[in-house]
Amino acid sequence: MSIKIKNLKVYYQTLRGDVKALDDVTFSIADGEIMGLAGESGCGKTTLANSLISLYPPMKYIEGSVELDNEKLPIWDTDKMNAFRYKKISIIPQYAMNAMNPTRKIGKMTAELLESRKVNYKKTKPELLRRLDLVELNRNVLDMYPIELSGGMKQRMVLVLSTLLNPSLLIADEITSALDVSTQKAVSEMLVEFRNRKIVKSMIVITHDISILYQIADTILVMYAGKLAEKAPTEKIINSPIHPYTKLLISSLPKVGVKYSERKLTGIPGNTPLLLDPPSGCRFRERCPVAFDKCIEEPPFIEIEKNHYVACWKEYGKNA
Amino acid sequence: MLLAGRSMVRMLKLEKVSKNYRTGTFGGKLLPAVVDVSFNIGDGEVVSLIGESGSGKSTIGKMILRLLNINSGKITLDDIDISTLKGAKLKNYYRDVQGVFQDPFSSYNPIFKADRIFTIIRQEFFPDVKDSEWREKVDNALRAVGLNPDQVLNKFPHQLSGGQLQRFLIARALLLDIKLLIADEIISMLDASTRVDVLNLLVELKSRGLSILFITHDLSLGYYISERAIILYRGCIVEMGATEKIYFNPVHPYTQMLMSSVPRLDKKWERVEMELKAKQTELTGGCVYYERCKSPYKCEKCALERPRLREFEPEHFVACHFIE
Amino acid sequence: MIEQIHIKKSEKEKNLPKKQKKINEFLYFARRNNKLKIGLFIVIFFILIAIIGPLFTDYEWRAYIGPSSQLPSLEYWLGTTTFGQDVYTQFVQGLRASFIVGVIGGGIATIIGIIIGFTAGYRGGIIDESLNIITNIVLVIPTFALLLIIAAYLKVRGILTESIFIGFTAWPWAARAIRAQTFSLRSRDFVDLARISGMKPTKIIFTEIAPNMMSYLLMTFILQFGGAILIAATLDFIGLGPTNAISLGLMMNYAVLWGALQFGVWWWFVPPGLAIMLIVGALYIMNVGLDEVFNPKLREM
Repeated sequence: MSIKIKNLKVYYQTLRGDVKALDDVTFSIADGEIMGLAGESGCGKTTLANSLISLYPPMKYIEGSVELDNEKLPIWDTDKMNAFRYKKISIIPQYAMNAMNPTRKIGKMTAELLESRKVNYKKTKPELLRRLDLVELNRNVLDMYPIELSGGMKQRMVLVLSTLLNPSLLIADEITSALDVSTQKAVSEMLVEFRNRKIVKSMIVITHDISILYQIADTILVMYAGKLAEKAPTEKIINSPIHPYTKLLISSLPKVGVKYSERKLTGIPGNTPLLLDPPSGCRFRERCPVAFDKCIEEPPFIEIEKNHYVACWKEYGKNA
Repeated sequence: MLLAGRSMVRMLKLEKVSKNYRTGTFGGKLLPAVVDVSFNIGDGEVVSLIGESGSGKSTIGKMILRLLNINSGKITLDDIDISTLKGAKLKNYYRDVQGVFQDPFSSYNPIFKADRIFTIIRQEFFPDVKDSEWREKVDNALRAVGLNPDQVLNKFPHQLSGGQLQRFLIARALLLDIKLLIADEIISMLDASTRVDVLNLLVELKSRGLSILFITHDLSLGYYISERAIILYRGCIVEMGATEKIYFNPVHPYTQMLMSSVPRLDKKWERVEMELKAKQTELTGGCVYYERCKSPYKCEKCALERPRLREFEPEHFVACHFIE
Repeated sequence: MIEQIHIKKSEKEKNLPKKQKKINEFLYFARRNNKLKIGLFIVIFFILIAIIGPLFTDYEWRAYIGPSSQLPSLEYWLGTTTFGQDVYTQFVQGLRASFIVGVIGGGIATIIGIIIGFTAGYRGGIIDESLNIITNIVLVIPTFALLLIIAAYLKVRGILTESIFIGFTAWPWAARAIRAQTFSLRSRDFVDLARISGMKPTKIIFTEIAPNMMSYLLMTFILQFGGAILIAATLDFIGLGPTNAISLGLMMNYAVLWGALQFGVWWWFVPPGLAIMLIVGALYIMNVGLDEVFNPKLREM
């Protein structure tokens, strides 16, 4: 198993109290697996990504364990995490392509980045050039300023930088949302390529666009209001979801070939609960069409069939 | 409001509309944003304007709303050139044409309550209406967009959700009994579960006679609600017509690229690419195995010319171009 | 529906109008901001002296009321000048004058800056360019030379003349700053929405844009206020100030002119100098503190 997360709880400290952004999360990702992390805004997916690699205030670690390649990650200790960051676990944050220093040439920025991690730039340069070829970036991009690159090129550069030291786990947080459709495809396919060539062992791809996940992810994990709803292989989640939230979510997505006049799609009425004081029991029960009295109690996230996990009282009995 | 009888067929016509931006020092260089665009929107029609970033779609929307100037060409509503409208006539134009923008939170002045957008309409267009009459009008508009007046009135923007805010804006447009709504990426910033509700609302309004210019970059949305689609690339229309025809038989290479790149929930990218190529080879009569062939010798000839059965060795015939 | 379920203790808080909540939030941070507190304290201290101080003296600042060059004592709180005038009287009346110049001069500059800044920022295009040219010209005019010319024609000048002069030459900075802010607010969607609602531009500026810039306008005024006091003091010191009044700068001018430095009459020029330094410094620090209060990104957590 590449990464194992157990009972992870991370809250946000605010003036009004603790926001329970990530509440008792348990799952694992296998070697070579690309896991898509899907959910709407406020469900906790970015919190999950950040807590694994940069748990800074106002985030507060409460409890739980994270194991990467059978080694415990001290996520609560930002200094100790330095040994793992970038080398074992790496992230492409949401704003990465706009965060490059506009006054530095890309090559110089890369050199500074590597030196700060105590990696010799000269020794790594041949590999860097090979990676640039792999993502189809011209080698002279190292002599350019970020402003000279297009969105897609910047994203590919960031991809190369984040994976230069072959991390075991790569977390990609909404890296395709600001891109055009054709560039989205290119960048997504590149992610898969990196995994296929074993440059990166496993990946967590975070996005709100489930159709991208359908194209590139092996499994999809659906989150709702800080808790896990369902985790299963991609085909299952898209074509035969079990959790009511997943079902409603998938059926609310417009598809090419579906017209309003032929089949009217429906959304999910209501709003996601505020996590300052979340409801007890299943957090989806207020909007769930099939909620019943047992839903007052929190449903555990259990495996109902091979590799298919669900947290829903109604659905446990059916496939056990 | 919308159900009242309308005998006229309103037509918005764009004729060879262009817009250039001045860049560089002293505005020396010209950056073409919209180039020679012509299309019509009829009564009760939903037209999708589809393009990626930089295609000029938002610029067109803003030009129709008179938020930006046109450099050449003409936009007419019922044969009246809208660039000539000034003062009271311009205000009347806004009774017929309104817009809703992408970011629901940016569309509200953060220091005022959300209702203020209704108050502004009242001050500008209905100054003499009595309080009770106005309240009824607002209530009707809110119900028409599926909002409960008691739940959304008298609140601040941050107290409402993105979906509610966008619907609020549509209600505002309905207060004026408009004929055409410019919807500029109105659901791209909403959560997946609320998008569909706003989308369905638009279709309902269309069935009551409203015309909509639906600007988006998302092809599946365009397919869901519109009869006609316009594909825009770098300011020019590259393909235009009935939605089904464009989606299932894209002819312009850009449209083909768009259709094959959009991530779909029913087909993987490889399959879409193969189907596209297969269609092409059907038309050109290439080798039937072309799309699945993994031979290193596969090339253009295979796509264009059907190989004939040839003798490879005695008593052994093959239909492939590269048996030599 | 669901929102109501989650409003428990903070029910009142949540339903407060945004303006009230924002004011509460500002007051919360304002109370904790040291720069703001210290700055405000010093400024208010001097304002109080300017208001109440003159009540403690019956003298006129010009009058020769006692022996010359007396050290500060119980009889003459800040001593006497080389002529035998009461330094304390000069000080408190000078303080008043300096504040008046600050308010009027700073006020005029701010108002002109607002008019020009808003117009240029909202309209853009050729109006913006022409206003920019005017702004740049005024910025570049050598005020010193201009003042010398004025001084040659107006033999008798008062505090008001000085204030007006400062007001009409110090506005470019404010105009630039307001223009920049207006630019950024103008491109927000709610301004577009106001436009397609048929609102007239002036109405949009005053009802949509300006209210969003209140904190910025306040800070601009404070800076202009402090700047005006400083400019006035400088001009007074080199002799280009009012001819028939007393201000802090004029005190220092007279002191130097009439030998306070040679005779060691430090109590004539140190109090005004110190006062100007403290007031202007406090105003700037207060402004930095205000910026932190209004702008969440600058707050130290």
